[in-house]
Amino acid sequence: MTAHTKGTGMTWVGRAIRRVEDPALVTGQGRFTADLPAAHWVRFLRSPAAAGKIERIKAPDGAFVVTAVDLSGVKPILPMLHKFDYKPLGQPILADGEVRFVGEPVAAVIAASEEEAEDLVDEIDLAIGDAAPLVDARDALAAGARQIHACVPGNVILEGRIKTPGFDEVWAGAAKVVTVEARSRRQNATPMEPRAAHAAYDAATGRVTLTCTTQMPHLTRTAIADVLGMPESDLRVVAPDVGGGFGQKMSLAGEYVVLVWLARKHRSSFAWTEDRRENLIASFHSRDQHISLHGAFDAQGKLLALMGDVVSNVGAYSCFPTTCGVEPLMAMAEMPGPYDFGAYDCRARGVVTNTCTMAPYRGVSRPIITFTLERLMDKAARAFGVEPAEIRRRNLIDTFPYTAASGLKFDEGSYKQTLEMAVAAIDVPAFRKRQSAARAQGRYIGLGFATFSERTGYGSPAFAARGMAITPGWETVILTVDPSGFVEARIGSSPHGQGLRTTLAQIIADELAVTPDVIKVVHGDTDRAPYGWGTFASRSLVISGGATLIAAQKVRAKLIKLASHMLEAAPGDIVLDDGAAKVAGTDRSIAISALAREAYTQTHRFKGEIEPGLTETGTYDPPGTFSNACHVAEVEVDIDTGRTTVTRYLVAEDAGRIINPMIADGQVHGGVAQGIGNALYEEIVYDENGAPLTATLADYMTPTAHEIPAIELHHRETPSTESITRAKGLGEGGGIGAPAAVVNAINDALAPFDVAIDEIPATPQRVRAALRAKGQAA
Amino acid sequence: MSEKTPITLTINGRKHAIAVEPRRTLADAIREDCGQTGTHIGCEHGVCGACTIIVDGAPVRSCLMFAVQADGKAIRTVEGLASGDRLHPMQQAFMDHHGLQCGFCTPGFLMLAIGALEQEPDISDADLVDVLSSNLCRCTGYQNIVKAVRAAAKEMRK
Repeated sequence: MTAHTKGTGMTWVGRAIRRVEDPALVTGQGRFTADLPAAHWVRFLRSPAAAGKIERIKAPDGAFVVTAVDLSGVKPILPMLHKFDYKPLGQPILADGEVRFVGEPVAAVIAASEEEAEDLVDEIDLAIGDAAPLVDARDALAAGARQIHACVPGNVILEGRIKTPGFDEVWAGAAKVVTVEARSRRQNATPMEPRAAHAAYDAATGRVTLTCTTQMPHLTRTAIADVLGMPESDLRVVAPDVGGGFGQKMSLAGEYVVLVWLARKHRSSFAWTEDRRENLIASFHSRDQHISLHGAFDAQGKLLALMGDVVSNVGAYSCFPTTCGVEPLMAMAEMPGPYDFGAYDCRARGVVTNTCTMAPYRGVSRPIITFTLERLMDKAARAFGVEPAEIRRRNLIDTFPYTAASGLKFDEGSYKQTLEMAVAAIDVPAFRKRQSAARAQGRYIGLGFATFSERTGYGSPAFAARGMAITPGWETVILTVDPSGFVEARIGSSPHGQGLRTTLAQIIADELAVTPDVIKVVHGDTDRAPYGWGTFASRSLVISGGATLIAAQKVRAKLIKLASHMLEAAPGDIVLDDGAAKVAGTDRSIAISALAREAYTQTHRFKGEIEPGLTETGTYDPPGTFSNACHVAEVEVDIDTGRTTVTRYLVAEDAGRIINPMIADGQVHGGVAQGIGNALYEEIVYDENGAPLTATLADYMTPTAHEIPAIELHHRETPSTESITRAKGLGEGGGIGAPAAVVNAINDALAPFDVAIDEIPATPQRVRAALRAKGQAA
Repeated sequence: MSEKTPITLTINGRKHAIAVEPRRTLADAIREDCGQTGTHIGCEHGVCGACTIIVDGAPVRSCLMFAVQADGKAIRTVEGLASGDRLHPMQQAFMDHHGLQCGFCTPGFLMLAIGALEQEPDISDADLVDVLSSNLCRCTGYQNIVKAVRAAAKEMRK
């Protein structure tokens, strides 16, 4: 069915219509930041050392070079938390006297072409003094460790703690304690489009247009205006087509600030396109955590209490706007997952090191805490001698609303139901038979489960609870039916691959009884779109979708009022259907396009009763809603090489009401693929000097079509009570469940050797090392 | 900066007379000197395949070729796939099967798949996955790309 299908009484929500985004993207007509021509090209001289004082920066005579000295009036980027003993840590736009990680921008070099700018970078004489870098968070925590920032004593930038009353008594009464020491290695979101920015000065207005690869255009404008001390109205930020972000393009890049500064000062246009090496070493990293987790169970395998300690390596600086609290604090808040227990004690610390700054990446901590908790559940299953599914069955929440030990409130979900859907689809007894037969032949196959919740679409109170100085959350949509009868929705969200222009059009089409092909959704331009927070945290369909629905309901009400005048009928008798307002039970009707025309051009008819025009605004700030899923991975592990192959992957998921099933499935597929990559292949490696060893995509390995099996999807829809469209978010779930399911499957496969692999990625080397430790490999 | 060499790039049948430094990659020349920005650059190391184009009938990484090496050769890019409003079956299949999300890797995948299928129309499913694993996508998880290419292969054989 295409978007052009007409029909009476048809609903567009729930249908897999084609995306309106696609025709431009498949024909090479997409507009990406790096496509823009500029008068000047910028390259950044980046620190080759992980730590040390800058002793000398000497550029060739006549070279156009900008350093921290030139930016003396520019404020540092200063994200802020008002809780958790957070130490406010500013980041200079260019390194100011000292460098703190390899890749930190030290100078901007400008030339007429990118090649010439690169040549100039090589000609700058940069000398950095010796300092011993701290790469691992545990080394940075050690007593007497060198302090990386004067304002961060002991290198601990924040510390949070939750301990429920009566915890110690519950803990003391447990029958069995199960422990996991989990390690998640550092990863990079790796959008296919590296970051890029283009800033152009307009002499007529004195304004600068910054086109850049951001997920948050409005906040980018606010933040840059703050640090440069300029009026926001003099800056327009455009996020054109953005080639994936996965969180990495949320955080403010100092490079963007330099570009705007250059454009304003030199009244010209400047472009910068990050190369892949820069993206891998100097954009943003994530997931570098150690988690120690202990679960106390009663004699029947019921979880009573959870005790955790989270150490998050946040890198050299704190990212804006979330701050570096985003990983450790989310780990602490959401560690309890979808399990029913009452006693919880968790400490979370963020530790600064001489590594690239950490920022959100799809799932933010939840891939790691789910991995840790699900390893714990599998260990408990083994300790109690039951199937992994059974230990989960005994512990999953099933009464709603449910308040977790961490204080989070869960709306209705289908945790047990999705587990049973997965168990039935997999046929566990049949798998166990195959597994025994395979083992008899020296082949090792395993099955891994992960059950989890995905908190999505949360509004401003959730960010305020973290103590964030900036609390994103709400979204605004301005919906106009113009005099031509066409519909335009201007939105504050900033999709970059999620198909939101299509799904929001489906919501509007149903409300206004028009077809999606007359609706245009506009985003990613601060001159055109209302202030909003962009696209991240599985929020856009829930929050921007909710705001869209509210705006559309208001437009609908106005259309009915207009029609009631025009058709001389009571508003209650007007129905909107098939592009027209009709008087129920009669043949009297008027096209919605005609009503729109009247709303602008015949206002004398409604004077005093209906305001001119046909534009309405909707704003939505919901509390948040929880999606849930059960993932199951089947793997085969080659014990001679340590290589793991994922042979089957199944997802039983519930994201509430589905607006477009094709797009929803695509989000899950993509998330699972990233999760499999995170589980098996992807790792940013530093040597002991803080030099990154994974600076190309041949070293930082994201999966290809070879590594990703067909993903079987099973759906269930529990409409959300906390979201007015009844939809829940699902952008991150695929990636949250996969590392746990895959590594649980590896451990299941290797059960005969009694190994425990509690580290991601579970590379061949780590699998072999675990086997070797048990004397099972040469 | 070194001397510029005059060359002619023939892109989708149209000749572009340009002058480039010998070190200019074909990808940069196509995008910046010829203004055809549908070809994207994702890594410049020949790993991701976003810049894949077809040169003299074979899919190649345009970031691993110098522009001067393509002088006089027949270059096809994503801009040349559709004839007027009629999409190439591969473009249509990517839309029908949701084989793209952000769309950044899409031109490279289209050119890779079309180049491979023109060379070997009856390619086996396993070999097709082999070919498609030459390029990286971070959004789709590949499942719908494989599905789209299989569907387009059927169409192209007609």
